[in-house]
Amino acid sequence: MLKLQHLTKRFGTAPLFTDLCMEVNTPVVLWAPSGWGKTTLLRILMGLERPTAGSVEGAGRVAAVFQEDRLCPQLNAVQNVTLVLPGAENQYKEQIISDFQQLGMDIAALQLPARRLSGGQKRRVALLRALWAPSDTLLLDEPFTGMDPDTLQRAAALLRQRCAGKPVLLATHDESAIRALGWRVVELEKLGTRAKA
Amino acid sequence: MKQNKQFFRRLLAVAFWLTVWQAAAMAIGQEVFLVSPVQALRTLVQLLPRADFWQRVGFSSGRILLGFVLGAVVSVVLAVCAARWSAADALLAPVMQLVKATPVASFIILALVWVRGSALSVLISFLMVLPVLYGAVRTGIAGADVQLLEMAAVFRLPPGRRLRSIWLPAVLPAFRQGCSVALGICWKSGVAAEVIGLPNGSIGDALYRAKITLSTGELFAWTFVIILLSAGFEKLFLFALDKAVGAVLGEEGTKC
Repeated sequence: MLKLQHLTKRFGTAPLFTDLCMEVNTPVVLWAPSGWGKTTLLRILMGLERPTAGSVEGAGRVAAVFQEDRLCPQLNAVQNVTLVLPGAENQYKEQIISDFQQLGMDIAALQLPARRLSGGQKRRVALLRALWAPSDTLLLDEPFTGMDPDTLQRAAALLRQRCAGKPVLLATHDESAIRALGWRVVELEKLGTRAKA
Repeated sequence: MKQNKQFFRRLLAVAFWLTVWQAAAMAIGQEVFLVSPVQALRTLVQLLPRADFWQRVGFSSGRILLGFVLGAVVSVVLAVCAARWSAADALLAPVMQLVKATPVASFIILALVWVRGSALSVLISFLMVLPVLYGAVRTGIAGADVQLLEMAAVFRLPPGRRLRSIWLPAVLPAFRQGCSVALGICWKSGVAAEVIGLPNGSIGDALYRAKITLSTGELFAWTFVIILLSAGFEKLFLFALDKAVGAVLGEEGTKC
């Protein structure tokens, strides 16, 4: 179980969030007003930033969709996913291609280097990379950015199917995405935290 | 079509300057001062069938390229160390500055005290290549995408995959550019070292002999040979490096 205990983050003297406590063992949607610090919170959980105070327990091995796509531009979609898999890179190729097709990406797009993909296509690659990577906790920062409504529904269905019973924190402002996922919504402002000063 | 036009324009430019050279040589009328391009070419053709010509080419090419390869390997190792440890960076910075700023002639004269004449061009090529490629690799490493490095840390990518997917794509283009500059420099400085060190059977030695016997034709012929060797090795090496860069960067993407 992922436990956030009295987590506080300040930049200089300005607090971003303070005394945040939360326990997560199922997929949840994180909702907070813009600028609250969701991305910073996710970066702390990824181990990329240190909290000013408090601690995180039970995150284990993390997989993530970052705020940016962060794909290797010279690799194609499948190669970007297999890059994060342990062992032989070609072992799960067929299943990964099948997942991409489920998300509406055709074979022609899969052969292109990531730098040539559209914004929505890159986001799908980033999402599948996170879903395929071995992980104890999944952290998703606005994973549906740039996706059309149909693709969003497909991506949400895939997430529901693959993430059941696992700690997942998904940060989004997209209400249609929240409806499509049907996950518990955690409003960060109501968690006993003080809003950004 | 456009490429043909460009090639034709270049050919015309070369023909123009050869004509100017020929006209100047005819106007001066003394081969000791300026040999004509026709005479230089004739001398080169006379050199070509001689065994000692090819021995000299082999002698100098081997040593200069050995210096280049050693310089490339050492500069990569040092640049990686400097990027990894700030103490190594601080330690190496003044050395690289010094090597870069010191005139090649000073190095040659100093190196004559340290090494045999036959090893001089290896050492000088090495020293001239070192700061150029060190700087290029450092630039490449500094240009690596920080966001991708964070991604690699989060997904716990093994070092081999980080190298292939993030570090090499960042470093190889800068390294290629550095090699293009360094190859030209190592030929110029390597031959200069041979002219001063006079190792038997080298191109530098042939240039020196041409000078003292006032054989301007040979001087031009050997200079032409050095230019051809330098350009040829540069093209060959960059072709091989481009293949490697293409394989790593997958210019047009790879089939999945």
